[in-house]
Amino acid sequence: MSSLKKTFRDIVLAGACLAGAVSGAYAQETNPGPEAYRSALEGKRVVMVPMTMGFDLAQGWNHFIGEEVKQFGGIWETRDPNWSVDAGAQAITDLISSAEKPDVLIVQTPDLNSYSRLFKRAQEAGIFVVQVDNPSNYASDVFAGSDWKRLGELETQAVIDHCGENSSKKIAVIQGDQVNASSLDQWAGVQAVLERNPGWTVAGTADSNWDATTARNAAATVLQQHPDVCGIVDFWDATAQGTASAIRDAGLKDKIFLATTGSGEAIDCKLLEDGTFGAIVTSELPRQSQDVVAAIKILLQSGIKPGASKNYLYTHEVARTKKDLTPNTCWSQAAIEAAAKK
Amino acid sequence: MPSNRPLLRIFTQETIVLLMAVVLFAGFAVALDGFTAPANLLNIVRSVSVLGILAAGMGIVVIGRGIDLSMVSIMVVTVAIQLQLLQAGWSLWSATAIVAVITVGLGLMNGFMVAYAGVSALFATLASSAFVFGFVRSQILTQDVIYIPETAGSLLWLGKARLFDLPLDVIVFLAVVLIALVLLRWSRPGRFLYLMGDNFQAARTMGIPVRPLIVASFVASAVLAWLAGIASAVSLQSMNTRLVNSALLYDVVLVVVIGGIGLSGGKGGMRNVVVGALLIGILLNGMTILNLPNIHQNLIKALILLGAIILDGQLNPRDEQTSQQGDI
Repeated sequence: MSSLKKTFRDIVLAGACLAGAVSGAYAQETNPGPEAYRSALEGKRVVMVPMTMGFDLAQGWNHFIGEEVKQFGGIWETRDPNWSVDAGAQAITDLISSAEKPDVLIVQTPDLNSYSRLFKRAQEAGIFVVQVDNPSNYASDVFAGSDWKRLGELETQAVIDHCGENSSKKIAVIQGDQVNASSLDQWAGVQAVLERNPGWTVAGTADSNWDATTARNAAATVLQQHPDVCGIVDFWDATAQGTASAIRDAGLKDKIFLATTGSGEAIDCKLLEDGTFGAIVTSELPRQSQDVVAAIKILLQSGIKPGASKNYLYTHEVARTKKDLTPNTCWSQAAIEAAAKK
Repeated sequence: MPSNRPLLRIFTQETIVLLMAVVLFAGFAVALDGFTAPANLLNIVRSVSVLGILAAGMGIVVIGRGIDLSMVSIMVVTVAIQLQLLQAGWSLWSATAIVAVITVGLGLMNGFMVAYAGVSALFATLASSAFVFGFVRSQILTQDVIYIPETAGSLLWLGKARLFDLPLDVIVFLAVVLIALVLLRWSRPGRFLYLMGDNFQAARTMGIPVRPLIVASFVASAVLAWLAGIASAVSLQSMNTRLVNSALLYDVVLVVVIGGIGLSGGKGGMRNVVVGALLIGILLNGMTILNLPNIHQNLIKALILLGAIILDGQLNPRDEQTSQQGDI
């Protein structure tokens, strides 16, 4: 009896052990995640073609996206069209027809239309197309960046909130140009907010053509004509420098509230800190880059063909004023460069 | 008709452009509130002062029958290096001194290529422009926009400083025009420059030191480009190297040509630069008050300039006897 019991107990124990061993082995073999991740991503070629490599956005992307691509074993490359639309088109064309075709192409398009055809060709050649920052008329696999209309609304609302109902209710707008979606959409955002806030008007507006000197001259003229504007929306931090200098020159630094947008590089925080900018809506570059990284990882594992899906990843953005500043609000290009040299 | 010719002779390109400027000014003054306010008149001059400083340098070279297409590149590069050095902790004086040497060096390089190597000014400066910018942007600068560091307080102060209520860029523009006017008109090298521009072979035969004169004119334009860059940078507290890709260089050539300094050399002077710059300034200012978008502004600017050139062509037809091969 006892021996039978013992035998039974031994069998149960052995069975339990066996089961334990089997389930251990099962656990090891049935988490396919890391292997699937590795095999789908390793050796994949990701190439970025921004408008130029020489400005804060591109250098930020190069760091935040590039580092992660290298981490998962991918090959990271960039091309520098140096603001030339033609050079950018040439770079994309070369990439499509090269022997070592990229698997993912990240492009910051200069305008609504220029690269649309090339995007289609790239997708037909089996390349995923991710557009960053500037939207275009062509819906590619992914767009990651700002909802520029929303951004324009945030800027305008920041001005209205600061000025209040007892002010002149007049604002001025320094736009970029009349072809770039980021400028056109911000303008639509300004209009949308004004519609919701009756009594508020745009006293004067001008194009900077993305040039700080032009912005300064235009803003100086607008301020001279309408010294009672209580706030200015400028569509880019680089030109807002010029607008700010016009405000300084007019002796209105304490009276006029300047709202703008930028990449959130350290200089933006400095200008917010010293009162040059009243509010800034940054494009949250580190989080935007993370969206791009996630998109790349998903696309390469999904098994879907380039062009089969269209996705929009808008970055959550807020208007920040001086009191919202924390040491981590901005990212630092100097720190990135220092890290790259190590 | 020879009989009414003397009357028409008053209508040189300079007077046509001046008339246009006056008409536009009067039109805007009547139609737009606040256009003639003193502050706005200052805005007009200020908006073209950097352009004017560059055009003065270009004018000097063009009078000697050259052209300097590297001016914007030199302007951007010299100031960018200066600011980069300041950021790296150099003192203002040592950074300025080294950049002064670089600037003169760039002018000398252009001048030697044209005067001694015999390369046409058009190609020599086109090449040096691309080379200088490309080299410095790729090897020295990491960013498109370089800011004046807070440690360079005196540069920041210059941007806010006012003399008789005039900002620095306007003062520099006026000073440059005055000095260049005196030098061109009353100094020996100034007069020689006209002779050389008018007839190079004759000037050389006369014994005018044409080669040093060419070199000197390119050094002058390089130094003025640097000065224009500083005037622009202290006002904006930064230098944007993307200016190289902008239409600024064409605007400089435009001011020179529209003002009446013929590209064939030996003609015109600083008065023409001022007239040309004012026309552009009045146009841009009025159109900005009218809230015209940039594309329309460019279109209107182009139409008015085209009109001035056609009118000049009608009133002052080319003289086949004095026109030279190689006239642009």
